Amino acid sequence: MNIAVCVKPVPDSKYYDQIKIDPVTKTWDRSGIPTVISDLDKHALEAAISLKEKHGGKVAVFTMAPPTMKDTILQALGMGADEAYLISDRAFAGSDTLATSNILAAAIRKAGDFDLVVTGNESDDGSTAQVSAQLGEWLGMPHVMNVTRLESDGSTIAVTAKQDGGSIDYEIGLPAVIGVTRKVNKPRLVNIMGILKAKQKPFNVFTANDIEPDPNFVGLKGSPTQPGGIASPEMGRKSELIEGTPEEIAKRIVDELYKAGIK
Amino acid sequence: MEIQEKKNIYIGVQSVETRDIRDFFMEINSYKNILVFAEVGEDKVCDNSLELLGEANRLKNIRNNDSFVIAALVGHNVKKYAPTLFGYGADKVVAFDSPMLEVYRSDLYGEALAGIVRTYHPEIVLVGATALGSELAPTVAAKLRTGLAAHCTALKILENGQFTQVVPAFGGKVLGDIYIPNHRPQIASIKAGITKKLDYAPKDGVVEDFSCELKGFDRMKVTKVEKETETCKSLNEADCIVVGGFGIGSKEEWSKLEELASLLGGANGCTRPVLDAGWVSNEKAMIGTSGVAVRPKAYLGIGVSGAAHHTCGIKDSGLIISINKDENAPIFACSDYKVVADYKKIVPALIEEIKKRH
Repeated sequence: MNIAVCVKPVPDSKYYDQIKIDPVTKTWDRSGIPTVISDLDKHALEAAISLKEKHGGKVAVFTMAPPTMKDTILQALGMGADEAYLISDRAFAGSDTLATSNILAAAIRKAGDFDLVVTGNESDDGSTAQVSAQLGEWLGMPHVMNVTRLESDGSTIAVTAKQDGGSIDYEIGLPAVIGVTRKVNKPRLVNIMGILKAKQKPFNVFTANDIEPDPNFVGLKGSPTQPGGIASPEMGRKSELIEGTPEEIAKRIVDELYKAGIK
Repeated sequence: MEIQEKKNIYIGVQSVETRDIRDFFMEINSYKNILVFAEVGEDKVCDNSLELLGEANRLKNIRNNDSFVIAALVGHNVKKYAPTLFGYGADKVVAFDSPMLEVYRSDLYGEALAGIVRTYHPEIVLVGATALGSELAPTVAAKLRTGLAAHCTALKILENGQFTQVVPAFGGKVLGDIYIPNHRPQIASIKAGITKKLDYAPKDGVVEDFSCELKGFDRMKVTKVEKETETCKSLNEADCIVVGGFGIGSKEEWSKLEELASLLGGANGCTRPVLDAGWVSNEKAMIGTSGVAVRPKAYLGIGVSGAAHHTCGIKDSGLIISINKDENAPIFACSDYKVVADYKKIVPALIEEIKKRH
């Protein structure tokens, strides 16, 4: 079973409250924040690696990122993936989700035949939850997101997809694309041996010349969505201090709640 | 106000898988009207969709041209929901009613909604960011080769007529404007609780039947559908929400918060660390950019530090009161009232005070 896993390096979400917006340049500053594998992508890797352990085959990691992200990809190889494809070209910069999924799909097609493509349901940074389904569309494969359970006999997968009012189980003949949630598994940790081995594994780099995405949807120019200004959310309120004994404080809080229409 | 500049746009790609893409160009002004995907949940239209009808009407009024609000119903035996949609602001209902659409599948629902959009050429499509909508919207955007802004926190129409979507990034720490200048439709997904539904006002309207070929995958099968029974009051229905953050310290303390919420006739919410720690198991209780957005009359935060991820989801609340022993907790800056104290001293006093007044 050959499995492709899409992995996104992101600024560590533990530090998002430190991200600042420069009031002059209107760009965000993430300096000092470490880069890690987006949380759900570790669940995607775990899902792929455990399927490979059961059915044989290989797990290939696909990352569209600048070359500086190599260390993050080594983490994915360290978990147990077999080979990596870094998809990196200036022409890809500024790609929105439609362009990103177009490029990832082209890289996956170029790298060989895959039975299953696994992604995290969403990334920590943008959290759009769009690339997984759009990858399915570009690849022309059936796709399911919000996956909380994954089983496979090697030629089909059985998944449970969480819905707002319950869940739906699907059985899908491969190939297919799935987006997994935290519930699907518990990712293994990377140990030193894993990292040492990772450095010996095939590490491929694809540039724009190596793959054939739909040329109309590549990079910022080929992205239907265009970024405008950014801002910090306006949430300031009067922040009036309530002081006193616990009883006095409680009385004041309940007064305010009643005033707000809570009975 | 119309956009003066004429631009070429891509629309109506038949199918991505064939890669035989029929790009054709039309003038941007030929796209009009606002289409809302009306999601049907447990025997009713999702509240999220009704809220979007309200938002669509707000946008329509700003546009102030002769555009109208179309609700797209997709499913089996769904036409009965049309009166609800008219009552909440749909001018027209397009119904794709087919036994093939009995249970949601991304392939068939994607084809169905893309088919409706290709026929009706809406300028804007609004989809609720439910589990279903969050998968359907990108599917349809990819089929149509157009742009989608996910989990918008606000929609605006600028003075020059440009439709602008505001999206959160980095867990809500940053808000970014998104434009879709050269592609139509402009698709936005929006979570429940962000926009407001109109007051229900029964009215008549036209229901148009729609159908198109549904090219699905034979190798994909639905094997089971499970419905959840609601055990607690939904956060979006509650007037008062008592929220516990990581500062409550342990699972055992949670029951006090439940008692407090119940005395106030409200519901309990939590932050992401509380859910991750397993102190609360109900995922729907998590408020924030990756959970639900709420706008209760009153929000009472207990041991909530106020990470952007969370505050992004509470900013539209009526009254915000926070209790935290850390005087530097960021939650205080976005609170109307703050209490700098150990909540373990305050919550029992609150419970006593409310009991006294009952």
